[in-house]
Amino acid sequence: MFPKGTKRKFSDSGEDPVCSGVQGPSASSAAARTLSSSYSLQRQSLLDMSLIKLQLCHMLVEPNLCRSVLIANTVRQIQEEMTQDGTWQIMTQALAAAQCPADRLVATEVLCRQTDAAAQAGQSPKPFSVSDLEEGYHSEEVVMDGDVETEVTMSSLSPVSPQLSSASYLAGPFGVAPCWEEEEEEGDCEEDEEEDSEECVSEGEEGEQDHLRADSRTGEQVFGTFEIKHPAPPPDPALEELFSDVDPSYYDLDTVLTGMQSTPKMGPYDLLESLSSHGPTALSSTSSCRSDLNELDHIMEIIVGS
Amino acid sequence: MNVREKKERQSGEPCMIWDATLESLAWKSRGWEQVCRYQDLEPADSSMEEENETRKINNSFLRDHNYATEADIISTVEFNSTGELLATGDKGGRVVVFQREQESKTQPHRRGEYNVYSTFQSHEPEFDYLKSLEIEEKINKIKWLPQQNAAYFLLSTNDKTVKLWKISERDKRPEGYNLKDEDGRFRDPSTITTLRVPVLQPMDLMVEATARRVFSNAHTYHINSISVNSDLQTFISTDDLRVNLWNLEITDRSFNIVDIKPANMEELTEVITSAEFHPQQCHTFAYTSSKGCIRLCDMRQAALCDKHCKYFEEPEDPSTRSFFSEIISSISDVKFSHNGRYLMTRDYLTVKVWDLQMENKPLETYQVHDYLRGKLCSLYENDCIFDKFECVWNGSDSVIMTGSYNNFFRMFDRNTKRDVTLEASRENSKPRAILKPRKVCVGGKRRKDEISVDSLDFSKKILHTTWHPHENIIAVAATNNLYIFQDKVN
Repeated sequence: MFPKGTKRKFSDSGEDPVCSGVQGPSASSAAARTLSSSYSLQRQSLLDMSLIKLQLCHMLVEPNLCRSVLIANTVRQIQEEMTQDGTWQIMTQALAAAQCPADRLVATEVLCRQTDAAAQAGQSPKPFSVSDLEEGYHSEEVVMDGDVETEVTMSSLSPVSPQLSSASYLAGPFGVAPCWEEEEEEGDCEEDEEEDSEECVSEGEEGEQDHLRADSRTGEQVFGTFEIKHPAPPPDPALEELFSDVDPSYYDLDTVLTGMQSTPKMGPYDLLESLSSHGPTALSSTSSCRSDLNELDHIMEIIVGS
Repeated sequence: MNVREKKERQSGEPCMIWDATLESLAWKSRGWEQVCRYQDLEPADSSMEEENETRKINNSFLRDHNYATEADIISTVEFNSTGELLATGDKGGRVVVFQREQESKTQPHRRGEYNVYSTFQSHEPEFDYLKSLEIEEKINKIKWLPQQNAAYFLLSTNDKTVKLWKISERDKRPEGYNLKDEDGRFRDPSTITTLRVPVLQPMDLMVEATARRVFSNAHTYHINSISVNSDLQTFISTDDLRVNLWNLEITDRSFNIVDIKPANMEELTEVITSAEFHPQQCHTFAYTSSKGCIRLCDMRQAALCDKHCKYFEEPEDPSTRSFFSEIISSISDVKFSHNGRYLMTRDYLTVKVWDLQMENKPLETYQVHDYLRGKLCSLYENDCIFDKFECVWNGSDSVIMTGSYNNFFRMFDRNTKRDVTLEASRENSKPRAILKPRKVCVGGKRRKDEISVDSLDFSKKILHTTWHPHENIIAVAATNNLYIFQDKVN
């Protein structure tokens, strides 16, 4: 279903629909269906490429902030457009249904944090109610209304977020980190990821214009990410410490980005960390077949080992 | 300033037309010829091949490589305010200064070539222990100070540190001291019975460069530009998020005058890409952003110049909007005109000239390589879309120049609206040979000497160029090669 598996084509000779200024389809549900598949394919490819680029920012030399900001803005722009024409909703729903969430999660994860005013303009049913969200960070359960597919609650996720958020420099793949939590608490990573995706959707819908800001105080954005700075319960120091060591280790796992010679160091820029953190593994097609628990074990070994 | 006579324009033949006051230089050159080419800017081994007589190149500084070492990639070029000196910085942290030969009276048509005057290691690679990151020694920018005495001063900067270098000559040596004996040890003062005043004796010219000031530890992010103020006492250094004001004499203190860092780094959507002082007004400077806007600030208004006086931005053309619109609108360079009335910006596909009095749109827009508009996807994929090209004015502000790919560079005559594409390459030009205008074929039929867009070499980019302040001499950096061209005067 996802265009990711298909061969990317950049029709550079002649018309490049993505580049030639063709506007995204108007924000109507009918338009979503009439969206040309090649356009959406290219857009998706562009999105994937941008995310990979962001991850590749980590090198021994400090990453180029200008480049990262421009790529991040492009990603945000794509996400906005996809939210507008409803493709976003489709993708996240499919993601929820998919059994290999790690694959796609990174993409949605990154975009989750980017909110969009247009997205607010009522897309699909909101899985979350806003009021719940405002307290939701600390509450055990966030009720999702209206969405049959997402019967899982967010309960398992809520305690995760505060700790994640406190570790503001955490850059571990989002898809995996909460799973750890889950593994420790419930042992069901997959479910967690589904929750993530749903959260991301609501996040996209409720966000305001400023992207990448998860401010729990305003309740505008579902935390979705570890970037959130909000008054959190006192973080578990051990957990934080674990997370703080995560980053370099993850890149060791990366099979896609084999070009990275050295353990990448996190630059000082939170932006980069937030956007580029998600596991390279998540974008790797080879990881999709592994069981998530094995992956987690592997990661745990590395963390503990480091 | 050289004042040339008016030359008659012969019918059918382009020629040089100079206005006596050089205020409006209508440029219709006979063509640009290569003066010299330097490769790798390093002294050659003594085992080098004999100088080829037909090449008027100072071969002693040529080293023929089939490969370009990374450290030799030229990262900045800059003429000084008289044009006598040309400085280049490279990725290895070295600065090479060229000096123009004196024009010989016997061969007036052969204008002075540039020879290596001084070479020094400006910056060394550093390691930031706090962040476990390496700080590159690559020289990002060099700016000359106007000459005030016999020595030359320039500012050179890498990502984090600005240094003031003094380049001075020594051609005399004091001789005649009687304080030391033959093997150099100081004599016992009681054995010295006469007072001998040393005499200055001529010696071989020695050019030495010393670091006079080091301006460090003021930038968290990467410095992308420096600019010396017209008051010759202060300068600004600009990184991605901040602009700092320094006094040339004081190295332990700098004032932050622009700070666009958001409280929450996640909200960051715009960075500063370059900044420059106004050439005459010491209180005015401009800075550009990755969103394609220019802000003019007045330092008299407030200590912190976050509030701009003028804001220049061209509204986006909805018909060309794409996902890459923002990236290609990001300004990579800004230059005030010499007369201080205009400023020029370079974004990925165009060069724009702005009138300081008109903020809502540029005065002129020149397409540098619009044929790349349909290739933005590929250029994004191979990162070329993030290349930062510089732009430069000629001495009379009538012609602007900027680089492109395939070692092409473009010149635009603002008065006649004519433009030319030239190529800086070894294969296609011999010294003193006139550069042939190049043309990129956009579609359909390709004529014989045209080159198609798909054949362009995107690894050969001309990012750095500079124009002599008074004459039509340009220096172009093509990877590890430095080309110096001058217009051919009859």
